[in-house]
Amino acid sequence: MNLLDDFLVRAALAGLGVALAAAPLGCFVVWRRMAYFGEATAHAAVLGVALALGLGLAVMPAVLGAALLMALAVSAMTGRGFAMDTALGVMSHTALAAGLVAVTLLADVRLDLMAFLFGDILAVTRWDIVTIWGGAALVVALTAWRWPALLLSTLNPDLARAGGIDPRREELVLTLALAVVVAVALKVVGVLLIAALLVIPPAAARPLAATPEGMAAGAAGLGATSALGGLWAAFVFDTPTGPSIVCTAAVLFVLTSLVGGLRKRG
Amino acid sequence: MSAPLIAARDLTLRLGGKVILDDVNVEITAGEIVTIVGPNGSGKSTFLRALIGAVRPSSGKIERAPGLRVGYVPQKLAIDRSMPMSVRRFLGLPRRIKRAEADQVLERAGAPGLGDRQMTDLSGGQFQRVLLARALLERPQLLLLDEATQGLDQPGAAAFYRRIEEVRQELGCAVVMVSHDLHVVMAASDRVICLNGHVCCQGTPEIVADAPEYRALFGTGTKGALALYRHRHTHDHDHDHDHAHDHSHEDVQA
Repeated sequence: MNLLDDFLVRAALAGLGVALAAAPLGCFVVWRRMAYFGEATAHAAVLGVALALGLGLAVMPAVLGAALLMALAVSAMTGRGFAMDTALGVMSHTALAAGLVAVTLLADVRLDLMAFLFGDILAVTRWDIVTIWGGAALVVALTAWRWPALLLSTLNPDLARAGGIDPRREELVLTLALAVVVAVALKVVGVLLIAALLVIPPAAARPLAATPEGMAAGAAGLGATSALGGLWAAFVFDTPTGPSIVCTAAVLFVLTSLVGGLRKRG
Repeated sequence: MSAPLIAARDLTLRLGGKVILDDVNVEITAGEIVTIVGPNGSGKSTFLRALIGAVRPSSGKIERAPGLRVGYVPQKLAIDRSMPMSVRRFLGLPRRIKRAEADQVLERAGAPGLGDRQMTDLSGGQFQRVLLARALLERPQLLLLDEATQGLDQPGAAAFYRRIEEVRQELGCAVVMVSHDLHVVMAASDRVICLNGHVCCQGTPEIVADAPEYRALFGTGTKGALALYRHRHTHDHDHDHDHAHDHSHEDVQA
């Protein structure tokens, strides 16, 4: 196998892993109207990167920790009477700005900031692929295990409680899964586009689905198609990979919306 | 008298420093139909939510018979259009059920043949019946309904109450309904509890309607009238579901 094949195959594997992890979770992000919440969690990743570099920690666990902290902080803030979008607006942009400042202050560290903001899928290592697929397996297993309880809690918390399910615990499961997805998607699409990968494939799958399970499966399929299609487009047109993947997903979204619209009329 | 299915003992509930429920004592026994009436903000819904364990009492407690099966129909359930959800899939949450089981329970709730429809495409009356069907799945001993006829017109509400009565007869379950809809209180209610933070008065529908506490609360809006639905099987009404019930209704001024 020559070098070219090797890094493209690695990139494809990384993209597929992230697409699969983002699909079921992204459905909940759409259903619970948490798109901005996902973005805030992703922005916290920059702070995680800065922390890792400053303290000499591994990047992945630091990002995971920062993302988790952000999610918990936002939950705590909304519990204190701030509107959700205000809490997110404060936390999300503070994390992004503070992260960028902190990274720059570490002057002795030579760092490709663009790689963290927009991802660098062509530079993934074998070890990255192991972590991405490990994280993806964790997220898919977690959401599959809690699926009915998560669905019912999303529909109506009281209905969940009447059925012996604690909606707050299920919310925590989602928060944890979200942090994991952010951590593994960082290298592939970068912090600024992670939310796109969470939201666009499920939104594209919606017009084609009749059940929640169908929508999650569709999101996985469309996400995987976006990852591979974006990679191909980036290679052919010599464009940045992360944004190419998101653009491909957006094209799929337009296509399925058209199909959905036609079906309704027909 | 047999032991109650569920009981609130000295139940007091504060939310954000405001007293919502104050020293409420209510017992529900097997098979009875209890209607809880009260103005907006009187703590009716909170009381039901306390019964299902969704809110914790500040003091006092909720006692449940061991192994009590509860069916709950929430006040409102807004299913976001972003979530595809067929009626059959909705019934199978959180426990997967067989197709035949879903069809059977839809039939019982008066919503036959809706299994393949999307929840967001249902009419108000159909939606309420699907919620009722879901609550009936586990063959509840206690059925809790929170403003179940909200958004239904009066014939629709009457048909829904009639269905609840039939369900009670079939399953023998106790029914606790919350209503602010003072014009429509089921004639089949064994007891009406008038709630306004505390229990103002309770008794048969007629007794409550005559009680000075009730008149003080609702006197201006409804001139103290408590309207009862009586069912007389004479002629058909067409409702928003496939089959018509035979009944007429008249308002009885108490």
